[in-house]
Amino acid sequence: MSDSHHPRPAAPLRVVGTPRVKVDARAKCTGETRFADDLFFPRMACGRLLRSTEAHALIRSIDVSAAVAMEGVYAVLTGKDLPIPFGILPVSEDEHALCPEHVRFVGDPVAAVAARDPWIAEAAVNAIKVDYEPLPVIGSIEEAIARPTPQIHPYADEGNLHRKLALEFGDVARGLAEADLVREDLFFYEGNTHLPIEQHACVALADADGKLTLYSSTQTPHYVHKALAKTLALPPAHIRVIALPNGGGFGGKSDPFNHEIVAAKLALVTRRPVKITLNREEVFYCHRGRHPVLLSVKTGVRRDGAITGMHFRCFLDGGAYGSYGVASTYYTGALQTVTYKVKNYKFDGIRAFTNKPPCGPKRGHGTPQPRCLLEVHLDKIAGELALDPIEMRLRHLVEPNSVTANYLTVGSSGLRACIEKVRDESKWGERRGRLGPGRGLGFAAASYLSGAGLPIYWNNLPHSGVQLKLDRGGGVCVFCGSTDIGQGSDSVLAYVVAEVLGIEPLDIRVVTADTDLTPVDLGSYSSRVTLMTGNAALQAAERARELLTQAVGAKLGLPADRIGLGGRRAFDTANPEIGMSFAEAVQCAEAKFGTIGTVGSYSPPASKAKYRGGGVGPSPAYSYSAMVAEVEVDATTGWVKVPRLWIAHDCGKAINPLLVIGQVEGGVYMGLGEVLMEGSFFRGKLGVHKVPSLLEYKSPTTLETPEMFTYLIEDPDPNGPYGAKEAGQGPLLPVMPAVLNAVYDAVGVRIDETPIHPHRVLEALKRKAEGKEARVGPTALPKLEYAAPVRVPTPWEGGDGRAVAGEPVGHKKKPAEAAR
Amino acid sequence: MDAPKQLMRFQVNGEPHQVAVRIEKTLLEVLREDLGLTGTKHGCELGECGACAVLLDGRPILSCLALAVECQDRDITTVEGLAQDGQLDPLQEAFAVTGAAQCGYCTPGFLVTARALLDAKPKPCRRDIADALAGNLCRCTGYLKIFEAVEQAIGACAVRPIRPPAATPAAPTGGRA
Repeated sequence: MSDSHHPRPAAPLRVVGTPRVKVDARAKCTGETRFADDLFFPRMACGRLLRSTEAHALIRSIDVSAAVAMEGVYAVLTGKDLPIPFGILPVSEDEHALCPEHVRFVGDPVAAVAARDPWIAEAAVNAIKVDYEPLPVIGSIEEAIARPTPQIHPYADEGNLHRKLALEFGDVARGLAEADLVREDLFFYEGNTHLPIEQHACVALADADGKLTLYSSTQTPHYVHKALAKTLALPPAHIRVIALPNGGGFGGKSDPFNHEIVAAKLALVTRRPVKITLNREEVFYCHRGRHPVLLSVKTGVRRDGAITGMHFRCFLDGGAYGSYGVASTYYTGALQTVTYKVKNYKFDGIRAFTNKPPCGPKRGHGTPQPRCLLEVHLDKIAGELALDPIEMRLRHLVEPNSVTANYLTVGSSGLRACIEKVRDESKWGERRGRLGPGRGLGFAAASYLSGAGLPIYWNNLPHSGVQLKLDRGGGVCVFCGSTDIGQGSDSVLAYVVAEVLGIEPLDIRVVTADTDLTPVDLGSYSSRVTLMTGNAALQAAERARELLTQAVGAKLGLPADRIGLGGRRAFDTANPEIGMSFAEAVQCAEAKFGTIGTVGSYSPPASKAKYRGGGVGPSPAYSYSAMVAEVEVDATTGWVKVPRLWIAHDCGKAINPLLVIGQVEGGVYMGLGEVLMEGSFFRGKLGVHKVPSLLEYKSPTTLETPEMFTYLIEDPDPNGPYGAKEAGQGPLLPVMPAVLNAVYDAVGVRIDETPIHPHRVLEALKRKAEGKEARVGPTALPKLEYAAPVRVPTPWEGGDGRAVAGEPVGHKKKPAEAAR
Repeated sequence: MDAPKQLMRFQVNGEPHQVAVRIEKTLLEVLREDLGLTGTKHGCELGECGACAVLLDGRPILSCLALAVECQDRDITTVEGLAQDGQLDPLQEAFAVTGAAQCGYCTPGFLVTARALLDAKPKPCRRDIADALAGNLCRCTGYLKIFEAVEQAIGACAVRPIRPPAATPAAPTGGRA
């Protein structure tokens, strides 16, 4: 692979690095782009799910007779029709498309119908009678710990604790003993959701040969393909999954979903196209959003802020199913080490099952919660040490090209440049503490992965593949399994290929996310697409370039390395006027070699983390972000406003700066929503979602939009195409702690929980006025026996990335085994 | 058990249409399902997101809250009707080139709402733009590129003939987008 990471050095870039319109932008502005719900087929039936009204119950019986008897109802399904479980992670295949006997949250699907129109479908699901036997509802982390029975899932590590895990790198007790100051802080980070404006939708079609096609608004067609093959017991070769452009994803369309499997089954049963479009309330039940996390951190520091030891504890409220939760849990412990040097590091992670919609990956996946606490914690430590919080951090940054305590390999790092940029542009030194009453500045920094180093299910295959087809008319078609969810991944493919072949992005047709037509790309998650598909496209394009230059060289009687490609031409680099059009070059190549098609693929480099759990955290490259936030706090109302922000993001190399800035601004906006207003709130005893609508679930509007100063820092990483790293998730991470630190600067109170609703600010101000600790937030962790840690010596202790103790013998219980 | 239908006549994007619709169908459903104009999107069917905004006699309304039968003999503009004479509306071009359309799902609603703003007020300031678009939710952009796109279109719109102002009375239940 390494051959394709380094484009020919002499070539000045023509396409890459220039702001330009996305290849699909105009279609999105004319209404031409078709999303999943925009598809209509003759004879198409409307599918609809009946969802549980109980948060936790056993199903005594289901009576579908009235629905079956209705005129216009084509089929009715219950759990017995889809008995095979599924789930995104092989270790937690704990979902059924329709619950056979046990419902675990309000919204869990129990039955489904296909009918002639939506009115009949609605009437039919309402005619289905379900007799539930209610079970006690587990509504929180604390309840999950206190009530080991009844178990929401029998395969849990212990009672209702899905996973209990612990990792220790070096010796944290020794590290804390070496410190001049040891400080412990607690924080509660509320759960929240993706809120894509497009509701999930899919259409399934079965042909006369029994082959199935599913169109869906999914970020991961490859995993949907696998889940359909498993649950329907069909050969994968007989299933085609096509992901339509997603109307927003943010991680919320990354799991295979019950409605996709149900639509497919209904299509097979009825031999009609079946569409299921979720309503907004159902989207809240699909969820897979941000885990609520209760966290603690204890850190030992020297007087200069050097971190001698750090111990994180994270309690995740996972909701009713596994989803990506095991990975989410590891992620709450993984990336604390890649910004500032941590000499000894320990992490305890506990994920609880609760009777609420399942949590999963939302933008930042498992890292915003610990990052938020870490950056607030460091702000407090800087205060105790009487150090400027920015200067303290700058002294202890992780070096580029280094390995962390938990064996993450950091390549390029523009963190220092990011921090200095926002410090200088915000006039931090002059303005902090001098803005007047109720106004303040806060700082935070962060890092994120550019794709996970390991796939979700074990395999040794490429993570991304690209095929190119060159047409004798001069067109190029790029085929890739990646899914454009608005981030511009289709455009990145076109830019890379256009750059290498010397043509324009408009000359390129991009065909993506179709399991019949396109080679596998694992999906649009984990900020992996630009780096991985970019590298695969680069390799495929370089191979095509090779064929073209050989053929043109032979035609012109010149060595191939004299042939250049550019301006839609192939030419002699020594005499550029000698040459031919790109179309003629393709014809030369086709005459010489036959039909011209090339392939490229990408697999991440091997990770140094060889311990159990080391699959989460390693990445080909890490992005870095830093932010200064300015806030205004109204001490009378408790209202927090964010008038302006400065954000610098190290994306390695901006393939298209316009799109990178768009990702940065969008990430910052989403972070602002999380810190200021958004939350998934439930009526605990009932497990009922309080705010399952766009109006009640508050998200920022045009009126809350701050002035934002965005700076791109480009520190190219050798693992990225043209040096590119991610931009889709990292810029969200510093927002929450920067705002929280700014609130402290403004009014001297610590809001150690999100979101910063006004009542919390008022409560903290009241406590301050009464001479109590000027803070709101959790004060204690639940009592619990933690897992024995997997012990891994650090690199500076001579470790090799392997554990020396604590690795369990054998393998973890899987859902199917526990059920036997 | 055929539900009662009513014959509707209306102008959509300058073209006359007649369609027999179930009386409980919303304008959104008729546009998308009966006329195949799927450019108009839906995000809630409750009047909360603005994705379904269309122009009714030049004014933005939420088509998910308007019954189609209320729009008898009215003039409707959807995102498909913004381009004229084969040319994109300056707002469409500006949204594309500034990166104001990321996933593109909320974009049609923003475009028609912004079109109505510029028709009513050719030189709005940023605050005017934010006010006019406050009922449209976008989850991708953080709104800044949308502001920039509208501002970029302002100059370009100056050479465009302003559409005739709305002559008919206030919008039906859909209200202001």
